[in-house]
Amino acid sequence: MSKAQTTYVEPARRMSANGWATLVIFLPPALLLFTIFVALPMAEAGWYSFFNWDGYGRPEKFIALKNYGYLVGNATFNRSLINNGFIIVVSLLVQLPCALGVAMMVAGRITGAAWFRMIFFLPYVLADVAAGLIWRFMFDGSYGLPSLITGALGLAPYYLLADKTWAFSAVLIVILWKYFGFHMMLYVAGLQGIDKSLLEAAEMDGASAVQRFRYITLPLLGPMIRLSIFFSVVGALQLFDIIVPLTGGGPFETTNTMVSFLYYFGITRMRVGFGSAVGVVLFVICVTFAFGYRRLFMRDD
Amino acid sequence: MTETSITIEHAAPAVHEPSGRSPRGLASIALFAALIVLAGVVLVPILATALNGFKELGDLQSRPFSLPRVWVWRNYWDIVTGYRYWQVLGNSLLIATLTIALTLALSSMAAFTFAHLRFFGDRFLMSYLQLGLLFPLATAILPLFIKIRDLGLLDSYWGVVLPQVAFSLAMGVLLLRNAFRQLPGELLDAAMMDGCGYFRYFFYITLPLSGPILSTVAVISFVASWNGFLLPLVVFNSESRYPWTLGLMAYQGQYSTMWQLVLAFITLTILPAILMFLVAQRYIVSGLTAGAVKA
Repeated sequence: MSKAQTTYVEPARRMSANGWATLVIFLPPALLLFTIFVALPMAEAGWYSFFNWDGYGRPEKFIALKNYGYLVGNATFNRSLINNGFIIVVSLLVQLPCALGVAMMVAGRITGAAWFRMIFFLPYVLADVAAGLIWRFMFDGSYGLPSLITGALGLAPYYLLADKTWAFSAVLIVILWKYFGFHMMLYVAGLQGIDKSLLEAAEMDGASAVQRFRYITLPLLGPMIRLSIFFSVVGALQLFDIIVPLTGGGPFETTNTMVSFLYYFGITRMRVGFGSAVGVVLFVICVTFAFGYRRLFMRDD
Repeated sequence: MTETSITIEHAAPAVHEPSGRSPRGLASIALFAALIVLAGVVLVPILATALNGFKELGDLQSRPFSLPRVWVWRNYWDIVTGYRYWQVLGNSLLIATLTIALTLALSSMAAFTFAHLRFFGDRFLMSYLQLGLLFPLATAILPLFIKIRDLGLLDSYWGVVLPQVAFSLAMGVLLLRNAFRQLPGELLDAAMMDGCGYFRYFFYITLPLSGPILSTVAVISFVASWNGFLLPLVVFNSESRYPWTLGLMAYQGQYSTMWQLVLAFITLTILPAILMFLVAQRYIVSGLTAGAVKA
């Protein structure tokens, strides 16, 4: 992962009594808390997922893999998987190029560059819940953006969030609005780290702007692009906070993500076994992605 | 990746084409115009939210994207003078403060041992803690709920604080260990020679020299905690303990037909985050992006 990890060599130092005392006092609190609230629950999710359990008493009704079987045949769950896929696709094909383009515009000397960067980053610091509610208003057929258009044309009000074909596009728009500034900032940092003399030399040699971008800027931005892709996918997989205030998973359960499915069908109905199975599926996807991606693409970074 | 420095404030010289072949003036005006439009698109939802909070419902319905016909200060005034708004902000502040304090304390101590002590199983334990970076809290939320319930922490602040700290430890320990290792080794050698133990070295040398990275960890865990939604949603029952994210949803549920009040409430609850962002912009941006880059 980082350079420090691989090149660092600690001088072999005998552990003194003082060292042991430090170890015994400094390390256990973190380990304990991590074990109780992160590691154990994850392991228990795997265990509970084999049971039909409402969370009271002990899990006793062992049903082996049935919870996973229910998931495979569950149209709402499949829809939420597809929705997560949609978010990833839009993040990679729309958000990243836009973020990179805007970063190119505001990394330089243009008037007010710092202001623009700040404005584009602003939505990222707002809570997803607030962003979801703000856009619920913006998409409201009687008050928001659609009402401007339908009102001007004299049409009946259009409720995007109640349209089961297009409601999910609203979720995608909110994600773009909220997260592109974060990716832009990553690219700005990457662009500012590029040695200007390379670009100047290439220009001197007659390379066009397109060539300079293709053969110098883009390769040198490689690590940031790989990082930005990583965060897009990981963020997309765990998206939840925007769904609840914006659509609540509706209409007709067409806008759920895996986590909102887990919430509405596992937690609120206290189906611990079933919900844990959803958690395990999400866990497997996240871990496979994180390991695979790092191994394949981020080895040298 | 650790080497990447992020300087947001000091705009570096133009990254692309400073040459004079094309009509530069026109191009940069077009560029500027495009940025203005984009900034408008980004800001309109926030401005509309704030302005519509000043309207009467009829005004809001007939002209949602213009200035209020009559400025109804009462919408905001009633919220600001009410108990509810301050209660949810207070709860969020309490939870976030406890989360930051514990995250910094526990992860800097653990990171210190990983940075300077060699002991049996140190690599294994470090990788064990790094597992936390691999999956989000949501994957384990149901067993976590059962655990919190069995520990008797349901509907208490600690029920939210402790899991939040546990889930930020992985990131905190990784960032801090790498930073602690980059402090010059001669310092530790000299200190040890002078009979300074690890404890004093930690408190008098390591921590004072690690301000920037500590503030990065603090910013990341503060923002995550302040904006947290799923965990408090699962843990809290009583509205008196709701942080602002839950309080906002509850308020919206109660006044769902009166958008002007909901929008005023949204504006007031996101105001602290916006003000903090404007004041401490540099730290927040570099904290959130540098933290992401280094982890």
